[in-house]
Order: sequence, then C-alpha cells, then structure tokens
Amino acid sequence: MLKKDKDFKEELLLLRKTYVGRPTPLYFAKRLTDRLGGAKIYLKREDLAHTGAHKINNALGQALLAKRMGKKRLIAETGAGQHGVATATGAALTGLDCEIYMGTEDIARQSLNVFRMKLLGAKVNAVDAGSRTLKDAINEALRDWTTNVQTTHYVMGTVFGPHPFPAMVRDFQAVIGREAKRQILKSEGRLPDYLIACVGGGSNSIGLFNDFLRENVKMIGVEAGGRGIETGEHAARFAGGSIGVFQGCKSYLLQDDDGNILGTHSVSAGLDYASVGPEHSFLMESGRVVYTYASDDEALAAFELLAETEGIIPALESAHALAETLKLAPGLSKDNIIIVNLSGRGDKDVQHVARIKGIEL
Amino acid sequence: MSRISSRFGEIIEKGKKAFIPYIMAGDPDISRTKKVIGILEDCGADIIELGVPFSDPLADGPVIQKAGQRALEQGVRLRSVIELVAEVRKTTSIPIILMTYYNPVFKYGEEKFVHDATTAGVDGLIAPDMLPEEAGSLVRFAKKSGLDTIFLLAPTSTEDRIRKVSKAASGFVYYVSITGITGAKLSMDHAIASHISKIREISGKPVAVGFGISTPEEASKVSMLADGVIVGSAIVKRVTDSDEELRKYLLALRKAIG
Repeated sequence: MLKKDKDFKEELLLLRKTYVGRPTPLYFAKRLTDRLGGAKIYLKREDLAHTGAHKINNALGQALLAKRMGKKRLIAETGAGQHGVATATGAALTGLDCEIYMGTEDIARQSLNVFRMKLLGAKVNAVDAGSRTLKDAINEALRDWTTNVQTTHYVMGTVFGPHPFPAMVRDFQAVIGREAKRQILKSEGRLPDYLIACVGGGSNSIGLFNDFLRENVKMIGVEAGGRGIETGEHAARFAGGSIGVFQGCKSYLLQDDDGNILGTHSVSAGLDYASVGPEHSFLMESGRVVYTYASDDEALAAFELLAETEGIIPALESAHALAETLKLAPGLSKDNIIIVNLSGRGDKDVQHVARIKGIEL
Repeated sequence: MSRISSRFGEIIEKGKKAFIPYIMAGDPDISRTKKVIGILEDCGADIIELGVPFSDPLADGPVIQKAGQRALEQGVRLRSVIELVAEVRKTTSIPIILMTYYNPVFKYGEEKFVHDATTAGVDGLIAPDMLPEEAGSLVRFAKKSGLDTIFLLAPTSTEDRIRKVSKAASGFVYYVSITGITGAKLSMDHAIASHISKIREISGKPVAVGFGISTPEEASKVSMLADGVIVGSAIVKRVTDSDEELRKYLLALRKAIG
C-alpha cells in the first residue's frame, strides 16, 4: 500500500518542505488576543502554504498518487478556486494534463483564481447547471471521471465523495494538526483548550482536528450561516439539514422533503456546499466536535478585524472560524489557548469584498 | 416470478430481444408522459423505464438532465411518479421500472417506498448510485414485495464486481455500454461481446445494454450481443415530436432490435 511505501512518503515529505513550505508557522496573534481580552489566540498559518491555502496538502499528495498510478490527466472541482489552483499546481509539478470544473456563480466571484489556474496550464470548464456552485462542479467532474476513468484521476478536494476520498484527503491534510500539536507544545508546553476551524466539505478542519481527537481538547467546526438559518440562504448542514446520500456518501445534507438537494448560499464560495464530509457527521453525532455557524456579516467583520489588528487578510472561509473566535475568546480566561486554522489567505476575496461594500476598484 | 422475469422468459424463448425505452416522467408534463407510455406499448416496447426527476442526476448527460429539470419545474417528484404508475396500471400490464437516484428513495423511506411502489404496480427499481454493498436493506424489502432491483455494470467492472452485483440483482442486469454518462456516443469494441457473455454466465440473468444507443443501426448491433436494448436520451429528445414522428422512430427501433 502506498500509505506505507517509503519512496512515496519521502517524495511527499521533501516536496512538503521544499515546495509547499511546510511546516507552516503557528503564530501567536498578540494584538488580536489583547483586543479581545480573553484567551490566547494562535493562528495556524495555512495561508502561508504555497498557493495560499491548505488545499495544496491534498492536491500535491493526490497528484503524486496519480502519477504513480500511471494516469495522464487530473480533473478537479473547485468552489473558491483554491483547490483548482492547488490541483493545477500539482499537475504542473508532475507534468500531467489538468481540467478544472467550476460553477459560473463561483467563476464570477473568484475571477482571480480562474486566471491563476489558466496561468498554471489548466483548462477551466464553466458549469452552468443547478445552483452553479461547488456541488454542480462536483457533478460535472464525476461525469468526466466516469467517462475518462482509464486515463484520468479525479482529485477530490475535500473529505467527501465515495470511499476512499474522505479518508485519503483526511490523511493528506492531517499534517496540519500534527504540526500544530508539536508547535504549541514547543511554545506553550501544553495542548490548547480549543481548536476552531471552518467547515465547508471539511478538509481543513479534519486536518487540524485529526491528531487531537484523542486528547482533552475542545473542537469547534464553523459552518456558513449565510443570511441566517431562518432565511434558508445558508450552508449550515448541521443546523438546517438532515441525513441523506449524495455524491457517493451518507452525511448531513440540505435537502427538501422529496430528497432533492437544496440551493445554498454563503459569502464564501468555499463553504457554499449542500453537504459535509461524513466523518464530520460522525464527530457531530458522537459529540466529539461541536458545530456552529457564522453569518456572512460576522465573517466579513472578522475578515476586516484580522486585517487591521494583525496585518493578515484571511480567506472569507477562514474568516468564519475567526468570527466564532471573536465570540468565544472574550469569555475565556487569559490562561486558555485557542488555535484557529487560518486555512487560506484572502487575496482572492479582496475584489468580492470590495463589491459587497460598494467600492469600485 | 416477477413481471420483468416472465417477460424476459417469453422473449428469450421466442429467440427475440427486449426493447426497453426510457422516458422522463413529467417531461414536458404528466399528461404527455401518460400518452407516451401508451405509444411506447403500441410500438412494441417490452418494458418501460420511467425516469424520476432529481436535482443532481450524476449519471445523466445533458438531454436527460434538462428533461429532469423540466419535470421538477412541473412539480414532479418521486411520490407523483408512483401515483402516475398507479394510474396507468389500470389500463396496461407492461412491466414498469423506475429509474431514480438513491436519495429520494432514502428520504421517502426504503420500506415505505417499496410498499407504495409495488402497490402502485411498479415492477423494478434502478438507482445508478446505489451500490450492492450498501443496498442490503432495500434489496431485502424489495425481495419480500417482488420488486426487482436492477444494478449496473460497466466495461470497467471486474469479475469480483460482477459476482457482487449478480447476487443483489433481480430481473436483469443493466450493462452500461460505455464508460460515461447517458446520451454519450456509443463505441462498440470487441471487449463488449465477451464482457456481456461473462456477465450472463456469472449472473445467470438476462443482460440489457444501455447508454449511448440512439439509432436503429446501433440498436441492431447491440441486440446481437444482448438480451435487451435500452434507449433513453434519443427517445427523450423526441417526446415532444408529433405522435406520428415518434411512432415512426420507435417502430424503426423495434424492428432493428428484432
């Protein structure tokens, strides 16, 4: 098995170090901590990984895997564009062809990433079906894969889809938590009290949580509350969904009474998805992880606050995790420690945020 | 014996092949679907596959995707398709199979679905995203009520896979002619023939072939190898043609299949 293949592991390890820039720093956000006046806040800086988000951890691993399997072509879906960029990068690095599927709604709000993918040599296919977002891009990628399975590897971008994707993507992302654990032990001499991460499909959160699941550490996953659960315009599968079977796995799902999949809304394209990784459903039902949500407005406020206080522009996805931190930290004592997964950087969102604020760039 | 099995039995005994047309229920509306079911039967269909519209039809190409979208806009759901079958059952005994994705069945409740569907006169179920490994309870309910569960195999299916599917399958086995989605271009290579005979041998069940068959010539070629020929997208495209045009096309298919 590849998981135990020494050559594969060494190749991946070397590229993580020399190409991705791992380990990513665990940064103590002093000014944000002082501003909130409660728990110490650390940021796991996945935004500093090559291509600007945690997505490269998985895309690189799967690109190497595809190469080993003798595949000639990579395909992937993307919402925010980060996974598309990461896959296009992995394809360029390994010399494989690459096609990315992306909903037209997401193409409009993430045009910068679309251009980046093209620069990296990938073809971007616009998906104009359904809600024109991530789930529709996944449908189209799965259709492509069904057709071209002999030559093509589908780089699923999150801990979702048919087996073995949820487990494989988790294993590639678990490096986040392994590093964070080592780093916090070094800087604080103890484990944190809380981990907080945003949950779209759920790969950055599983990546952070995985190594802490057996430790005495509280964990919070933050979904997209959009315009509010009561409006129906959100992507909070735990708060507003029920169990279903979709795109190859059984999990919580936003669906109507007849089992059709509902449209979703989030200010962040990466969280705008109707279902969630099945392992998250398990962690929710077992009570090991608590899931909550942040609204568009809360995420936008957190986005601006981090930029002002720390000089870091977070991805809108990660801003959801920060929004929960803003609620939680002030009520905790100064001895408490929170690690927030800063899963991506916000450059891709700058134009979109300006548009929301009515600013012409 | 189920209505599907006995129909296949008669066909095979006569040395003939089954013609299995697919249409999307509720496209463009329910009353047209009822009428087209009558036309299909008149034109020699042996079994009818009735599509249930779903928001995210993963295995379908653009033609059936759009047909499903139109049906959803008409308010057609799994429950209304079951009602539709109950109504046409009053006037026909042709075997009817529902082709749906799994989630609507899951949400409906497997046991309740099997009960309501068989009570209405549904004979079989195809859910392309339902795997035999995960279908244990549904297959049990279906067996008890005499609903056939039809599973798909593809050119990439291994022998181990064929065995697994054969065990869970009843009625017939659905062989997907290509690696791809419905309505894609058919490509028949030498491997198809040997793959189909292997499936027939392992499963001991009739094998019907679908996906990508649109012309009478293609239908004729496929019928040489298979026990049944399934035509979907090409018929869905013609559902709103005049009755006369539609009949002409269906009769040509029927003749080609033999």
